[in-house]
Amino acid sequence: MPMIETLLWLVGYQLAGELISRSFSLPLPGPVLGMLLLFCTLAARKSVPESMKQNVPRFLSHLSLLFIPAGAAVLAYRDLLAGFGWQLLVVLAASTILTLLLPGLLLKLLLARHRHKEEA
Amino acid sequence: MNPMAAVEVLRTSPLSGVFVTLLAYKLAVLFNRRCHGHPLSNPVLIGVLLLLGWLLATGTSYRDYMKGGVMVQMLLGPATVALAVPLYGNLSRLKRAAGPLAITIVFGGLVGIVSAVGVGWLLQLPQQVLLSLTTRAVTTPIAMSVSQGIGGIPELSAMFVILSGIFGAVIVKPLFSLLGMGDDMVLGTATGISAHGIGTARVFQLSETAGAFAGLAMGLNGVVTAILVPLLAPLLH
Repeated sequence: MPMIETLLWLVGYQLAGELISRSFSLPLPGPVLGMLLLFCTLAARKSVPESMKQNVPRFLSHLSLLFIPAGAAVLAYRDLLAGFGWQLLVVLAASTILTLLLPGLLLKLLLARHRHKEEA
Repeated sequence: MNPMAAVEVLRTSPLSGVFVTLLAYKLAVLFNRRCHGHPLSNPVLIGVLLLLGWLLATGTSYRDYMKGGVMVQMLLGPATVALAVPLYGNLSRLKRAAGPLAITIVFGGLVGIVSAVGVGWLLQLPQQVLLSLTTRAVTTPIAMSVSQGIGGIPELSAMFVILSGIFGAVIVKPLFSLLGMGDDMVLGTATGISAHGIGTARVFQLSETAGAFAGLAMGLNGVVTAILVPLLAPLLH
């Protein structure tokens, strides 16, 4: 039964997230809101249910699988993409690298300062 | 025996969509292991290439494939919710670093928007493409709805999200190793901000802590971007 219990938790929180997101027309999709709600629940009850402790790491180790169908959409939109050519690839690559590096460097800096303060 | 009918089943049955997706993933994981986890053998990248090869070889349309593909994709929702569990496992680290994390994610959201639009503007891409680029760094459902709201092309936005997610997943480890930035929290947070779920899947292979912070950063950057983009978009009009 731990599998069923895990699914009840995860699907239940996604559903709750969808309901809240729709009812208040929030900019957050249901699953993201569901993640934040589940996190708050776990923090409040101060433990992870046994079923999820076993199943969630196994489920998340295959997260990559779930993105493969989305990649196939390239097939449907290849003409649209090809129309803008190499510039698009440059933009995506440059922006992805910048958005990895700058926040990464900032966090590294802030954490070093933070630790420094705590030790002082 | 009717071979044409058999081919038709292969092309249009939802079952074959599910099967081909699972098979592409399985082969991609085996390939990744064979390459000792080399970043270029990323399972999403290889899996998508194998799948595209199959679809082109059999003449299956994207629409027909998605009858089955959507069943696999549907699990993304519960998987996103599940990210709360490793995040809770890092609760004490999260509490200690809450301030720096919050500042970084807001800053990162801004960098994600400005860098994509800025470089696109320098390369003289048309306005509608620039609008579709604003949501490049966030998870697909947020990207599509925000893009639609500001007059972008949602499908194009989704493509940008997926392509840059795959690129980010491939590049993040070599990039951060090169710069000597090895901290799991830093690596995970940056990845979640720039490469959303596909990046998160990648850093989960490296460590659960990195994956947990990637999931958090992905979700919160989604919020930041959904708020900032509609405010900044009028500047492009």
